[in-house]
Amino acid sequence: MTMMTAPPKQTFRVGMLIHDTRYRSLTIQIVVLSAAMLMAAWLINNTIQNLAVLGKPISFGFLSSAAQYDINQMLVSYTNQDTHLRAAFVGLLNTLLVAVLGCALATVLGVLIGVLRLSKNWLVARLMTAYVEIFRNVPVLLWIVFAMAILIETLPTPRDFRGEEATASMLLGDSIAITNRGVYIPEPLFSRSLGDLPLPGAVAISLDLVAILALLAGGLAASAAIRRRAERIQNATGKRPATWHLRLGVIVLPQAALLAALGFHLGYPELRGFNFQGGIHLRNSLLALWLALSFYTAAFIAEIVRAGILAIDRGQTEAAAALGLRPGRIMRLVILPQALRVIIPPLISQYLNLTKNSSLAIAVGYMDITGTLGGITLNQTGRELECVLLLMLVYLAISLIISAVMNWYNARVRLVER
Amino acid sequence: MPGQPFVRSHMLPERAPPATAAGPLLWLRENLFSSWFNAILTLLSLGFVWYVLAHALPWIVQSSWTANSLTECRQQIAASHGPGTSGACWAVIRERYLQLIFGFYPSRLYWRPILAFGLTLAALAPILFPALPRRLLWLSSTVPFLVPWLLWGGSLWLPVSIALGAVLGYAALRLVTPLAGSLAGVIAAGLVPVLWWLFGAGPATGLLQSALPLAIDSVQSRAFGGFMLSITIGIVAITCSLPIGILLALGRQSDLFIVKTLCVGFIEFIRGVPLITLLFVASLLLNYFLPPGTSFDIILRVIIMVTLFAAAYMAEVIRGGLAALPRGQYEAAAALGLDYWKAQRLIIMPQALKISIPGIVSTFIGVFKDTTLVSIIGLLDPLGFSNAIRADTAWNGIVWELYGFIAALFFVFCFAMSRYSMYLERKLATEHR
Amino acid sequence: MKYSVFLGALTGAGLAAGAVAAGTLDDVKARGKVNCGTNTGLVGFAAPDANGEWQGFDVALCRAVAAAVLGDHSAVEFVSTTGRTRFTALASGEIDLLVRNTTWTFTRDVDLKFTFVGVNYYDGQGFMVPKSLGVTSAKELDGATICIQTGTTTELNLADFFRTNNISYEPVPIETNAEGQQQYLAGACDAYTTDISGLAATRATFEDPTAHVILPEIVSKEPLGPLVRHGDDEWADVVRWTLFALIAAEEYGVTSANIDELVANPASNPEISRLLGTEGDLGPMLGLSVDWAVKAIKAGGNYGELFEKFIGQNTPIGLPRGLNAQWTDGGLLYAPPFR
Repeated sequence: MTMMTAPPKQTFRVGMLIHDTRYRSLTIQIVVLSAAMLMAAWLINNTIQNLAVLGKPISFGFLSSAAQYDINQMLVSYTNQDTHLRAAFVGLLNTLLVAVLGCALATVLGVLIGVLRLSKNWLVARLMTAYVEIFRNVPVLLWIVFAMAILIETLPTPRDFRGEEATASMLLGDSIAITNRGVYIPEPLFSRSLGDLPLPGAVAISLDLVAILALLAGGLAASAAIRRRAERIQNATGKRPATWHLRLGVIVLPQAALLAALGFHLGYPELRGFNFQGGIHLRNSLLALWLALSFYTAAFIAEIVRAGILAIDRGQTEAAAALGLRPGRIMRLVILPQALRVIIPPLISQYLNLTKNSSLAIAVGYMDITGTLGGITLNQTGRELECVLLLMLVYLAISLIISAVMNWYNARVRLVER
Repeated sequence: MPGQPFVRSHMLPERAPPATAAGPLLWLRENLFSSWFNAILTLLSLGFVWYVLAHALPWIVQSSWTANSLTECRQQIAASHGPGTSGACWAVIRERYLQLIFGFYPSRLYWRPILAFGLTLAALAPILFPALPRRLLWLSSTVPFLVPWLLWGGSLWLPVSIALGAVLGYAALRLVTPLAGSLAGVIAAGLVPVLWWLFGAGPATGLLQSALPLAIDSVQSRAFGGFMLSITIGIVAITCSLPIGILLALGRQSDLFIVKTLCVGFIEFIRGVPLITLLFVASLLLNYFLPPGTSFDIILRVIIMVTLFAAAYMAEVIRGGLAALPRGQYEAAAALGLDYWKAQRLIIMPQALKISIPGIVSTFIGVFKDTTLVSIIGLLDPLGFSNAIRADTAWNGIVWELYGFIAALFFVFCFAMSRYSMYLERKLATEHR
Repeated sequence: MKYSVFLGALTGAGLAAGAVAAGTLDDVKARGKVNCGTNTGLVGFAAPDANGEWQGFDVALCRAVAAAVLGDHSAVEFVSTTGRTRFTALASGEIDLLVRNTTWTFTRDVDLKFTFVGVNYYDGQGFMVPKSLGVTSAKELDGATICIQTGTTTELNLADFFRTNNISYEPVPIETNAEGQQQYLAGACDAYTTDISGLAATRATFEDPTAHVILPEIVSKEPLGPLVRHGDDEWADVVRWTLFALIAAEEYGVTSANIDELVANPASNPEISRLLGTEGDLGPMLGLSVDWAVKAIKAGGNYGELFEKFIGQNTPIGLPRGLNAQWTDGGLLYAPPFR
């Protein structure tokens, strides 16, 4: 039997930094880190030198000077005497608006088309395939300018609504006007409004909206409580009481009461002067961007949905049916949760793509943040570096927030694997 | 009583199925009118198709091909199809299609981009279709050096000495690995070509050129435009982004914290911002980041930024491929005693890349479509050119014909590629079973 | 056939080493090309024709500079720039001069660090409306939808005009002139505003130009001129005096048709002789050849000829000379003496 000998005490040698696996990873990381830092320092140094030559030191002071240009679509108040920073904020809200609208419409269309593509109807399935292929294989920028051109060229001008022999007329009893300057729809107005709640940064939030949302949230919570009670009764007695009228009631009735109390009425658009006045004006640029982004992204979402549905084994439906579940419940309790698990991750990246593609707004003159901060502000102040850096940071923040929220949701719907 | 045998002595002839259960009628009933809901859908679809065709076809057909300006077009259409007819003015395409495809590239040199495109396809063929003989891969390896030479022209010795850098790198890998281990080998293989390209390639080209002048007309990249520009940016960016993407994917999978953080940071940053902001960087800022006095031309700057953009997406595609490999492959490679780089080179990457090809193709389609964004920073890609053409007094005011032509060309390219990628996916799916 | 050596090959591959700060003139001579920034396409001022040749009034000035410096009016590389990229392209040295309907303003000259070498077109911002609208003054445009190109001084002027007159409007921002025209013709905006020259050029291409009027108000001064980088006075001088040579040539009746004759038989007017280099050595003072102005004028003609060829009354654009007539005809064009 051999004696156990302690391993020879090794002294540290420089060569071990490369040959010894214990140190090697450290060495590599230090080398990589210093190379990266050197690279960054080199770039920054170059930039500082170049800017010094041009006599344009980095400064964000321009953000607080007056913007002097007008923006047509603003969700918060803005005049051309406000600062560049506020113009950028107006642009940011416009970006978010078109992104949210786009994601919603793209999802609806995508699901519809994805399901219809699997239809047994030969013609419908072919048409949907053609839709997907046509929209997927042509650049989205082309679709955006195309959509804009269609809106401008095919719709009537406000002038056509005027006079005795008007060639165009408003829809739904003079409440909606579709023109080539955009679509005018009625706006909700309150004759006994609660006023606005001023927030820091000269942003105001309508208290009416706050009240409506608060009541809606309360209604939803009450509805959920009723459902839980129904489930308790079902678990205890095996009988499920009918609750749909109660659940609907707790949401609708308080809302109706609140709207009546606030003096809710609709403000209709009217043709006055050059344009329609009143109502909500959905501008062409918004519509073109919204529709083009939605239709384009819907083609991708349709493929995702189709793949998600095809990924669920038929046996799942059959097994659920064997348990005695009705078709609606099979879809809601068995198929959808599993399909969503497949659908959600690629769907997140489509939402991200749509949001990023909304920066192409610049092609149709929609004043999103690329149009304000990265467009007119950049042009008028000549501060390329600052504007583009800010622009990138804003988009990065939006992307990270969307992925964080969607990943959280994804983690929730994910099946727990054993 | 002898019973009558109830046995059939001859077969009845087969009768044709009822008219509603066979032939086109059955097909119609099963596929188009199986229920009232389907019937409504069918009728709606038919109505839609009819509506589109009824509006588009006359416009496409009642057109003018020979006019020299929009006004002339309108006159010709009014003359031949009656006044007030709206018809397409395809004459603008006839006059400008070469510009939309080649931009300002000198017309006597059109053979060069065409040849370069053909060579690229030929080089891709052995990679894309494994049925072709493997020896063609040697041809493929020369194409990355030949194609830029054909496009930009200049001395033949430049691509030769750049290719020499790759050869030197390989030689360094072979020489250093036995002496100082595979990590040092990889580092040397990376460092030697870079040093050669920075300091050796220039003088070597000059020397060879003065010894034996072999050159073709050089073409400034400003002359690039139209589809040629889109394809050039797309192909160069994808080719260059592949190695970067592989490195980033490996870095992201790595156990080394700092390497991993840097790679994740880079990938997420690039994927988190829109391409248009990166193009703003290319057109407005990139020159600030370089030492004072150097200036790349705009197309090269755009290619650099699009490459970085594509690399981040490529990294994610390849990461998907790596993740799809069974864990056993890694363990088996380790069990054979292969070190990290050998395992990657011989076992992991060949399989992971093969799985990733559909993803790579769809990344390429995406990048190719996104090249239209360069029109926003003033480059004359097809979309940018359409604006320039509309600024010509003769064609001022023309819209649909140009957009239609551009959309059709993009569609043909992208559709072909997406079909190929689907073919590949099907093939991979069957191979794995 | 031109064979390029290593440096040429590298340039061909896209790497252009050019010192930004020093000697643009020397760079241009070494390169053998002038890099000129132009519009991506503006009727009459810069647009590629069917053969891929850039044509237009701004383009012609680039060609004249190339002819003066390099003796070859085709030795120009045109770099199409947008409103957003034009100043960066010039500041970074990508282009040597920018001739892109750029308005000479204080901030551009001082804060953005450029040198405007002169004015090649005196313009002003105006409004165009369809006659059927029945509007006769811009002050009647309260509540109107107005198409406007972004990235220019136009939108600032518009905001100022409506603010000072205390009336409201709805701006429809557009990227290019072609889009603006499309929107305007389709009735998506009531009025289109840009420089008068642009309005006239746009109107000229309509099916029925007479159905549209340009309103009398001119809401801004738009001196459009070529510009170069700050701090390179030699190069600025070359561009400035090339422009003045074209203007002076018109004043003295030197045209591309009679210039050869004038050079061969020096006229009695010593100013013409100095301009054409038959007397004195003005060219070498600029670092150019003696006959620099002759080449510049022969490139396309004198100022008047260029004007008539690209944007004048006989072109579809049909702009009158107006402010852009010689000072002797009541215009603003006034070339300093060549002496």
